[in-house]
Amino acid sequence: MSSVAITPEREHYLNKEYGISSWLLTTDHKRIALLYLVSITFFFFIGGFFALLIRLELLTPAGDLVQADTYNKLFTMHGQTMIFFFLIPSIPAVLGNFLVPMMIGAKDLAFPRINLLSWYLYIIAGIIYLHCILTGGVDVGWTFYTPLSSGFSNTKVIEAGVAVFINGFSSILTGLNFVVTIHRMRAPGMTWSRLPLFIWSHYATSIIMLLGTPVLAITLLLVVFERAFGLGIFDPTRGGDPLLFQHLFWFYSHPAVYIMILPSMGVISEVVPCFSRKRIFGYHFVALASIAIAVIGFLVWAHHMFVAGMSLYAALIFSLLSYLVAVPSAIKVFNWTATMYKGSISFSTPMLYAFGFIGLFTMGGLTGLFLAALGIDVHVTDTYFVIAHFHYIMVGGAVMGYLAGMHFWWPKISGRIYPEGWGRLAALIVFIGFNLTFFPQFVLGYVGMPRRYWQYSQEFQVLNVLSTAGSTVLAVGYLLPMVYFLWSMRYGKLADDNPWNATGLEWRTASPPPTYNFDETPVVTWEAYDYENMPLPQEVTLER
Amino acid sequence: MSDSPVAVEQAHGPELLHHFADPEQQRAAASLGMWLFLATEIMFFGGMFCAYLVYRRWYFAEFAASSRTLDIWLGTINTIVLICSSLTVALGVRAAQMGKRKLLVVLLILTLIFGLAFLGIKGKEWSDKFHEHHIPGPQFDAGEIQLNGHPVDARSAQIFFSLYFAMTGMHALHMIIGVFMFVILTWYAWKGRFNQRYYTPVENCGLYWHFVDIIWIYLFPLLYLIDRKK
Repeated sequence: MSSVAITPEREHYLNKEYGISSWLLTTDHKRIALLYLVSITFFFFIGGFFALLIRLELLTPAGDLVQADTYNKLFTMHGQTMIFFFLIPSIPAVLGNFLVPMMIGAKDLAFPRINLLSWYLYIIAGIIYLHCILTGGVDVGWTFYTPLSSGFSNTKVIEAGVAVFINGFSSILTGLNFVVTIHRMRAPGMTWSRLPLFIWSHYATSIIMLLGTPVLAITLLLVVFERAFGLGIFDPTRGGDPLLFQHLFWFYSHPAVYIMILPSMGVISEVVPCFSRKRIFGYHFVALASIAIAVIGFLVWAHHMFVAGMSLYAALIFSLLSYLVAVPSAIKVFNWTATMYKGSISFSTPMLYAFGFIGLFTMGGLTGLFLAALGIDVHVTDTYFVIAHFHYIMVGGAVMGYLAGMHFWWPKISGRIYPEGWGRLAALIVFIGFNLTFFPQFVLGYVGMPRRYWQYSQEFQVLNVLSTAGSTVLAVGYLLPMVYFLWSMRYGKLADDNPWNATGLEWRTASPPPTYNFDETPVVTWEAYDYENMPLPQEVTLER
Repeated sequence: MSDSPVAVEQAHGPELLHHFADPEQQRAAASLGMWLFLATEIMFFGGMFCAYLVYRRWYFAEFAASSRTLDIWLGTINTIVLICSSLTVALGVRAAQMGKRKLLVVLLILTLIFGLAFLGIKGKEWSDKFHEHHIPGPQFDAGEIQLNGHPVDARSAQIFFSLYFAMTGMHALHMIIGVFMFVILTWYAWKGRFNQRYYTPVENCGLYWHFVDIIWIYLFPLLYLIDRKK
C-alpha cells in the first residue's frame, strides 16, 4: 500500500478546507459528525471518570473515599453525563450524521444548517452542564424525581435541568433532520424496501426523539419553574402530585432507552450480513421490528413505577405491554443469528463487537422481562439487579454497537485502516471487563444490595471487588480504541473505497468521501445486503 | 443525474440549495420539516394539557372558582384578535403564492399588529393577576376567591394559577418567537425575496402561526370557561 503515497492527493471532505472556521461553520454532515465524535468522546470520559470514582468508593463496605453527599452527586452526574451527553447522541449524531445521507445516496441531510445548530445546542448544553459540575454539581439522581429536585435538594438542579432541556432540542433537531432526509432525499431507485436496516432503525429512533423529547422538555421546565418561582404542580405539600412527574418523566425516559439501543441494532444489522457474507434473514421483519419497538416503547413507561403507588390494574396492563416489547427485540436477535447460520463468518473486530452485542443484549433483554413481572420487580426494585440490567442494555448493547460501528466505518470516515490485531484485543478486553463489572451486580441485586448507597454490608464485598476490578479492565478496553484510532489517522494503512466488500451505497464512493458524497447521484437497482449476487469489485484487502 | 451544484444554480433560482435535486424536493422537505416540528410542539404542550386534565378532575370546584376570576372580556377580545391574525396570515400566504409583494407586506404587518395587540392584552391580564396576588409562590393569596360562600382551598387554587401561568406563559413565548419570525419575514417580503416559484418560508411561518393560534383556541375554554353559568 505504500505506493499510494506517490499519487497526488485526491480532494475529499477532510482536506478540502483547513482551519478552525472551516470546522466550526461547516454545514457538511460528515464534518458535523466528527465535531460530535470529539465532543461525545469528551463527555464519555467525564462520565467514565465518575463511574470509576463510584467503583472505587464501593471497593470497601465503609464509606471512606467520599461521603454520602459526594456519592449522591457522583452517581447523578455519571448518569446524566452518560445518558444525555453521550448515549443519546452517540450513534445517531456521529454515525447517523455521517452515514444517513450517504446510505440513501443524498448529498447532505435535508437541513444542513439546522444540523450545525443542533451541534451548537449540544455544546451550549454541555458547557452549562460542565459549569454545573465544576461549581458544586447536582445530587437528585439522573431522574430528577420531585419533590427532592423541586424543593429539598440544595444543589444546582436548575442548571442541570436547563442543560438537559437545551440538549433535548439538539436531539429533536437531529431526529427531525433524519426523518425529513429519509422521506425526501433518497436517490432514484432507493425504495423503502431497499433501505439499509441502519436507516430503518434511525427512522424509528428519530420518531422517538421527535415525540418523546418535548415531553421531557416541558416536564423539566415545570420542575425548574417550581424551584425558581414556586409553582406547585409536582409538590405534594402544595397540592401537586409527584406521581404525575414520574409519569411524564418516564414517558420520555423509557422510550429514550430505545433511542440508545435502536441505532446500535441498526449497526449490528449492517455488520452481521457483511461478515457472514449473507443476505440478512427476514429483512422486512427486522425493519418493521424497529418501528414496532418505537411504537410499543411508548406504551410501557409505567413499569418504572410499579412500587410507586400506582393502581394495580394499570400496573397489570403496563406489565403485559412490557412483555410485548420483547417480541420485536427477540425477532431481531433471532434474525441476526439466522443470518449467520451457514454464513462464511470472519472474526474481524466489528463482528467481534457484534457477537458481544447479541449476547449481552439478550442477557439485558431477558433480565428486563424479570423486571416487567410485577412480583419479581417488587423484590429487585432499586437494587443492583436493576443497575446490572440497564447496563447490559446501555453499555453491553448500545456502546458495543457504537464500537462495532466505529470500527466498521472507520476506514470510510478516516480513509485509514486501524490495526486489526489491536482491535480484536480491545474487543476481547471490553467483553471480559464488561462482564466482570456487571455480572456480579446481578447477583448483588438479587441478594439485596440496594442502589445509590455509598456504603454497604460486609457480605457484599467480594462481589463488589470483582465489579471494581472489572471496571478497571473495561477502562483499558475503552482507552485502547481511542489510542489506535488516533494512531491510525496518521500511520494506518490507506483504506480502499470498500475494504470489507460491503453492499451499502456508502461503500461505493471514495474513502474518505468527497464533500458531496458522490461524484454522480447514484441510481439504485439492487436490494440491500445482496451479498450473494453482488459482483465483488476487488479482492478483500484485509486478512480474514 | 449529473447535477453538479454550479449547474443546478444556473438552472434554477439562487434560493435552491446545493444538496437538493430540484425546487419541488426542497419545498417538500421544508414543508415536512415544519409539520414534524409542529408535532413536537403538540407533545410539548401535551405535557401541560395532561397535568391540567389530572388536576381539573381532582380540584374541579376550585378550578371553576379560580377560572371565574379571569377577565372573560379580555380573554374573548384576545381570541378574536388572534383569529383575525390567522386570517391575515392565510391571506398573506395566498398573496405570496400569487406574487403580490405589496399586499403580502401589508398583510404581514397587520399580522404583526394583531400579534402585538394580543401580547399587550395578555400583559394587562397578567399585571391584574399580579396585583390580586394570584401569582403562585410565597406571595400567593386566594383570599377573595369564593366557593359556595366560603374561601377556596388556597393550595388547589394555586395549582390552577400555576397551570394558568405555565400554559399562557409558554403560549406567549411562542407568540413572541412568532413576532420575531414575522419581522424577519416582512423584511424579506419587502425586499422582494418571495415570488410565485418560491414562497416556502411564508407558508411555513404561517403554519407555525396557525399552530400557536390553535393552542390558544384550546387554552381559552379550558382556562376561562370552566364553569361560567353561576
